Amino acid sequence: MSASLNQAFAAAREKNRAAFIPFVSGGFPDPAACADLIRGLDDLGAEVIEVGVPFSDPMADGPVIQASSQRALDQGMTPGRVLEMVAEVAPRLRAALVLMTYYNPVLQTGLAGFARLAASAGVAGVIVPDLPPEEAGPWRRAASDGGLDTIMMAAPTTPASRLPVILDSCRGFLYYVSLTGVTGAGLTIAPQSLERLAGIRAAAGGLPVAVGFGVARPEQAAALASAADGVIVGSALMRPLLEASSTARGLEASLSLAGAINASLERDARPAVHDMGGMA
Amino acid sequence: MSLSSVSSPLPGNWAEQPDAAGRFGDFGGRFVPETLMPALYELTEAYERVRQDPTFAAELNDLLRHYVGRPTPLYEAKRLTAHLGGARIFLKREDLAHTGAHKINNALGQGLLAKRMGKTRIIAETGAGQHGVATATAAALLGLECSVFMGSLDIERQALNVIRMKMLGATVEPVESGGRALKDAVNQAIREWVARVADSHYIIGSVIGPHPYPRMVRDFQAVIGREARQQIIEREGRLPEALMACVGAGSNAMGLFHPFLADPVRMVGVEAAGKGAHTDKHALSLGQGRPGVLHGANLYLLQDPDGQVIEAHSIAAGLDYPGVGPEHGFLKDLGRVEYTSATDDEAVAALMLLSRLEGIIPALESAHAIAQATRLAPSLPPDAILLICLSGRGDKDVTQLAGLLED
Repeated sequence: MSASLNQAFAAAREKNRAAFIPFVSGGFPDPAACADLIRGLDDLGAEVIEVGVPFSDPMADGPVIQASSQRALDQGMTPGRVLEMVAEVAPRLRAALVLMTYYNPVLQTGLAGFARLAASAGVAGVIVPDLPPEEAGPWRRAASDGGLDTIMMAAPTTPASRLPVILDSCRGFLYYVSLTGVTGAGLTIAPQSLERLAGIRAAAGGLPVAVGFGVARPEQAAALASAADGVIVGSALMRPLLEASSTARGLEASLSLAGAINASLERDARPAVHDMGGMA
Repeated sequence: MSLSSVSSPLPGNWAEQPDAAGRFGDFGGRFVPETLMPALYELTEAYERVRQDPTFAAELNDLLRHYVGRPTPLYEAKRLTAHLGGARIFLKREDLAHTGAHKINNALGQGLLAKRMGKTRIIAETGAGQHGVATATAAALLGLECSVFMGSLDIERQALNVIRMKMLGATVEPVESGGRALKDAVNQAIREWVARVADSHYIIGSVIGPHPYPRMVRDFQAVIGREARQQIIEREGRLPEALMACVGAGSNAMGLFHPFLADPVRMVGVEAAGKGAHTDKHALSLGQGRPGVLHGANLYLLQDPDGQVIEAHSIAAGLDYPGVGPEHGFLKDLGRVEYTSATDDEAVAALMLLSRLEGIIPALESAHAIAQATRLAPSLPPDAILLICLSGRGDKDVTQLAGLLED
């Protein structure tokens, strides 16, 4: 049975590592392979697995996740089918499951209905990237009634004065966006980014802070693991599946990178921060 | 519909819509990634400041007069009136504004605002290319760098405007995702803004997007309605019976309608019915859509049952958008504005009619309003006044129409 987010971050803390939070586009490259990928990531030891609901207009996503979402949509994936696939894999997972969805599919399904469906599929929390705290009230009530955490985002552009508003709406963990840009963009981890992250973590009190956007290599993940409770990796894991000559090869390449990143999150194993360059 | 059914003025101060959260009733709002929220607050505050700043108004008005050529004429189309037999038809000639459409009103307003905010770079999306040209023009005039995102399908069908933008020093960024049209250009412009929010201002070209855009764009376009109202009163000593404008995302219509909202004037917005309202190739967001969230706002939207946005279709690239400004949704639900539609074929016929009767080649977008007028005017008495926003000129469409002439 998939875990709660509390359990997932507690498990990572116990191992003195940052939680590994891979992202998969729901139903990509096809529903069966996507389920295989989720199981494979769980076997590697991912504490949380983020499943994206494909949307026609993913405005926070870069080219890789746009393409993986579009491929899933082209094959007839719907929010309902993503949740069916999740419900199928969830009972045997150790990881906690979170859903990443733009707001309109939630709104059209109905807030309470979507929350019920997600919770009964085994989902622990939901990230809605186009739902800032100002607009999140109705969804948060529905999510909370359904027993789901609503994960809010903070960004490098978020002023310190705004953080309390975000944290007040946030449950499960805070998603800190590592760069000013869309998913999959080039990430350079500067010492100031790690200081900012430390500040956010202090402000968050006991709420875990996971960091994502543009994390593509084990060295980057290791550097972030020193300052965050979790590291989210999306585009880098989807890219091999878009580029590989076969689904099997794509899965192999994606899981191989996931394994390397997963291993880099042990805090003792981290290399020194000054070794971090920009993304290749 | 007879004249006696003209809606009575609604209570309340229309200029005060939306509320502080950017809501027009249930429509509007700010549904954007967190990265942009601080920029939206900064923009809202900056806009509030300039709105009350007489030096900003003076600077903008000076440009509108001496650079854009405002006020644009209100022209009585007597030959079209005689041909249709019915209401007297007046055209608000936004096609005579510099760059050939109403888009320049908003581009200059936001360009000046961007400059005051210390931004050095402008981002814009464009469909027909008119907003792209207007923004490239404003950027050239104000010494700002400019990138325009345009669907590659629109780049093909609006080649002339692409050349104009490049001549004006803008970079045209082709967008290959989705239907390669206006919706996809907006997605890409938002992504670019997310990445470059520190130095860039995004000039949205219509009354869509997150708050404060729908309100700000409407305010900059309301010069159309303010002038038209004054011009018709000066000339005829009274208000018109009806206003008419095409509605894609809805900026020329909001600009014309807004200053008349408290008047007993009937208003008709004309959406693009594309290949027909019964087909799946149209842009009837108000006619057939339902509320949903796209590009930062809750608005009437063409979407499937799961909330995936459906691609719109219109022969007019500027109407080829699956949503419509939140204030239009609000006005539709209130019953204050009627929304109807014209097909691709009807728009082309209306374009040809106006060209031959009046020597005015309208933009394909504006031709949708003319098409509806050919239906409405004959049903109105000869002393009624029908005021139509001729939002742009048709030069940009000649390549696309050349094929039709040969057939």
